[in-house]
Parts: sequence; C-alpha cells; structure tokens
Amino acid sequence: MSTEGIEVHRLKSHVLSAIQSFVVRYGLGMALVILWEYAARQAGSIFFPPPSEILHRAAALWLSGPPGRLFLSDSVFQDVLPSLLRLLGGWVLAVAVGVPLGILIGRSRHLSDFVNPTLQFLRAIPGPALIPVFIILLGTESTMRVTLIAFGSVWPILLNTIEGTRTIDPLQLDTAQAFRLPRYARLWRIVLPAAMPKIFAGMRVSLSLAVILMVVSELVASTNGIGYRIQNAQIMFLLTDMWCGIVLLALLGYTLNWLFLKFEDRALGWHRGVRGRTATS
Amino acid sequence: MSDSLDAARTPAGFGQSRPLAGPNLVRRAATAFRVALGILIFFLILEFVTSLELVPHIYLPRASTVIRRMVELLQDPKFLKHVMATLHAWAVGLTLATLISVPIGILIGTSELAYKMSSPLIEFMRPIPSVALIPLGILLWGQGLPMKVILVAYATTWPILFNTVYGVHDVDPVAVQTARCFGLKQAAILRHINLPSAAPFIFTGVRISASIGLIVVIGAELLASADSGIGSYILFVSSSGGQMDSVLAGATIAGIVGAMINSVLGLIDRHFFAWRYLGAAPS
Repeated sequence: MSTEGIEVHRLKSHVLSAIQSFVVRYGLGMALVILWEYAARQAGSIFFPPPSEILHRAAALWLSGPPGRLFLSDSVFQDVLPSLLRLLGGWVLAVAVGVPLGILIGRSRHLSDFVNPTLQFLRAIPGPALIPVFIILLGTESTMRVTLIAFGSVWPILLNTIEGTRTIDPLQLDTAQAFRLPRYARLWRIVLPAAMPKIFAGMRVSLSLAVILMVVSELVASTNGIGYRIQNAQIMFLLTDMWCGIVLLALLGYTLNWLFLKFEDRALGWHRGVRGRTATS
Repeated sequence: MSDSLDAARTPAGFGQSRPLAGPNLVRRAATAFRVALGILIFFLILEFVTSLELVPHIYLPRASTVIRRMVELLQDPKFLKHVMATLHAWAVGLTLATLISVPIGILIGTSELAYKMSSPLIEFMRPIPSVALIPLGILLWGQGLPMKVILVAYATTWPILFNTVYGVHDVDPVAVQTARCFGLKQAAILRHINLPSAAPFIFTGVRISASIGLIVVIGAELLASADSGIGSYILFVSSSGGQMDSVLAGATIAGIVGAMINSVLGLIDRHFFAWRYLGAAPS
C-alpha cells in the first residue's frame, strides 16, 4: 500500500470512529424523538403532539420577533427573561446567605449541635406549603417569588457548607495555628478552599431546586413567567403551548447545569490537581 | 452487634461527618441536651419575634398559637385523613420509582455501551422540573391519587437511577478482576460484588428521593387543588381567609413529617451500611 493509501485509510477510520461515537452518544435520544414523532402521528392524541409540531410552535412563540432584537419575540422579554432573573436572583441570594452562615455554624462544633434539628426541620418544609404565608407577607410581586426561591434553595448550600467546614483536616488547621496565621487568613486560605468542593456540590443541587421553585412560584397568583404560561396554556387547553413550556424548562435546566459544571471545573480545577498529585506521589 | 445498634441510636449529626461518634454516654447525653435546647431556643426566638406584632396577628400568628393549632389538628381525624392521603401517594410513587429505576440502573451501570448511550439522555431528562408537569398531569389524570403518584414517581426516579448507575459502574476494578480470576460467572460477579458495593449508593438515592417525593406530593396537592392531602388542606384554609395559624400549622406538620422520614432513613442507613463509614475519619 502506498503512503497515500495509508493516509486515506487512516482518515477513513478516523471519520468512522467519529461517526460511531456520535451515534453512541446521541443515537438513543434521536431514536426516541423519532419514535415519539411516529407514535404521536399515528395516535393523533391531542395530549401528546409530535415533536415537530412543538418545535414549530416554539419558534412561533419565541423566535418571531424583529431581526433587530435577534428575532426574539415579545414573549421572551415578558415571560422568559423575568423568570430567569427571579431564578438567578433567588439562587444568588441563597448563596450569599447560605455560605457565610454555613461557615459560621460549621466552625463552631457546639453551635451545629444546637441548630441541626431546626435546620433539618426547616429544610423539610415543602416550599409550596409556604406560598400562602409568603403571599400575605410579601404580596404577589417579584419580591415574594425571589424570596420563596431563596428560602427553598438555601438548605443544600447551608448544610453542605456546614459539613464542608466541619470536616477539614485538623492537621492543616493546627499547622496554620503553629505558624500563627491570623484568623482571617486561616479562614480565607484554609477553611474556605477546603470546604469549596462541598459548597459547590450544594450550589449545584440548589440550582436545580431553584428552577423547580421558580415554576412553583409562578403557578400561583402570577401575571407572567414561564410557569404562568404553562398554567395558562393548560386552562385554555392549548396543549402544544404547554409542551413548549415544558421543553423550554428542560432546556433551561440542562443549560444552567452545564454552565455551572463549566464554572466549577474552572473554579475547582486546582483542587483536582492537588488531589491528583497526592494520589500519584 | 450491640455496638452498631448503639451507634445507630446516636442523634443524627450532619450526615456522614460523625457517624460513629459519641463512644461514651456522657457525651451523647450532652449532644441530646444541646439538640433539645436548640429546638427550645428556636421556638422562643420565633415566639418573641411574632409577639412583637410587626405584622398583625391575623397575618402572622404567634408561634405558640401555631403550636396549639398543631396539637388540635393532630387530634382531628379529618386532618389525619389528609396526612394519610399524602403519605399514601408518597409511598406508592416512591415504591414505583424504586421498582423501575433500580433494575434499569443496574442494566445501564453494568454495560459500558448502555452507560455511554443513555447518559446524555438521562442528563437531559433529569432537569425537567416535575412541577412543570403538574398542568399536564391534571389534564391527563385528573386531580386524584393517580396524578400525584405519577408525578412523585417521575420526580423520584432520577436520584435513584443516578445513584444506582453510579454505584454499579464505579465498582473497585480489582475486586471484579479478582473474582474473574477465580472463575466467577458474570451473574455471580453482579450478585456478589457489584450489588453489595452499590447498595449504600442505591439507598442514598432512595433517601434523597424520599424527601423530594414528599415535597412534590404536597406541592402537587396544593397547586392542582387535589381532593385530599396536606397540600389541599393548606390550600383550603388559606383560601377561606383569616386562618393563617392553620396554614402554618399544616406546613409545620409537613416539615416535621419530612424531617422524621429523613432521620428514620438515616438511622436505617447507618445501621445497615455502617461498614461504609468505618474508613471515614471522625472529626
């Protein structure tokens, strides 16, 4: 075989393996979508419209605006954007409260004994059950929704921060004390970095909780938002619109999770590096 | 044996950090005392804040009023029926999810090809918030038990599936290879190595799902105005107005039920899978 032939052969096997890995990764999902399309067309049930129809409707709902606004329609600005802002606002609030409070509680062993049962109980209260209380105290504006999201999603962050701060290697803290590191330096350079992986794990769990609570808060006494649109579509019996909302929420949850993982990789890359080094040495 | 039983009885710390701590009775009694004192202090703070009447009492009643109402509710057979309805839907949904996702998880976890093929799909399906399906659920299955059960089953499937796949997939390869060297068949390896080492992970998945499931049932009852359950009770008293004490008492009972379920499952976890924590350094 000539060198050229070998090159062509190598290219071919390269392309083949790329196709193979693509099929393995996305084949099942695509097959299921095609199956759904076929089954929905055969059954003709109004409850389960075929994916192509949902996609068509979604484009009409959200991508029919003027070119100057990147084709985004009014609905994107009236419903999707406010939902996103509430979600992120509530989540950021939960992080801002949960992490400092968690470090404070976790640093003191006795304090965590005192507050643990209370925290376990507060965490177990279902967020939706408090909606009536939140509405009476905070009205039906965005403040109420952001507070509800923050209240519901703060627990994984708080509990993980406490746990992460409590399980620090005592040797590290003793060493720091022996070297007379001041309190804030110990906090900033030892406690916080060591607790970071746990804190990030909690933040990720609460991000998906925040999506759920965002929808919950918009199903009650609201005038806009993705959750409101889904409920409205149900009342008006617009099933394709309802499915559009569900698919949008899935995409939103998936994208947020993916973005957070990228962020975590960047922020905690050093951590994996350190652990890798100690593992190989 | 008695040792592990005693360990299981120690009050729950923060999960796995201090599972076997408290070797002597004095320390355990001190912890129990702090726990009780913590609850009392929390109640006193709430009572103090609510007695200031920053918000009129019809909107935010005193903590002691809520407790009194709670005691009344717990003796009211009608309310207990609501609690039973919630727990019924929760238990059926969670059982359904376990029966579905453990076998599928084992299948996906043991086959490398199935693992690769299904993980993008699971990653996409998992973040769909179950509450987004409430409107669809109402249209398809009405406002009764079937709707609640299906929503709970959907929401609780993912943590169990995820933990099963992870537990079965991340088995110590040396153990598997050793078993293979001794001529164990694939089924025997699955039975004697994969499953025992995955069991605590699967149980953790069930535990996570148990608390998610309870939140989903009550949320569904409230948002779908179901015919019975704690959620529909809360919706009923909140819409009839001026009964904030009942709303808060209902929510508190829901929280206590959730915390109780979680700590019972935690005790079971520590009792049966105590060996898993033996390696962990007590802090």
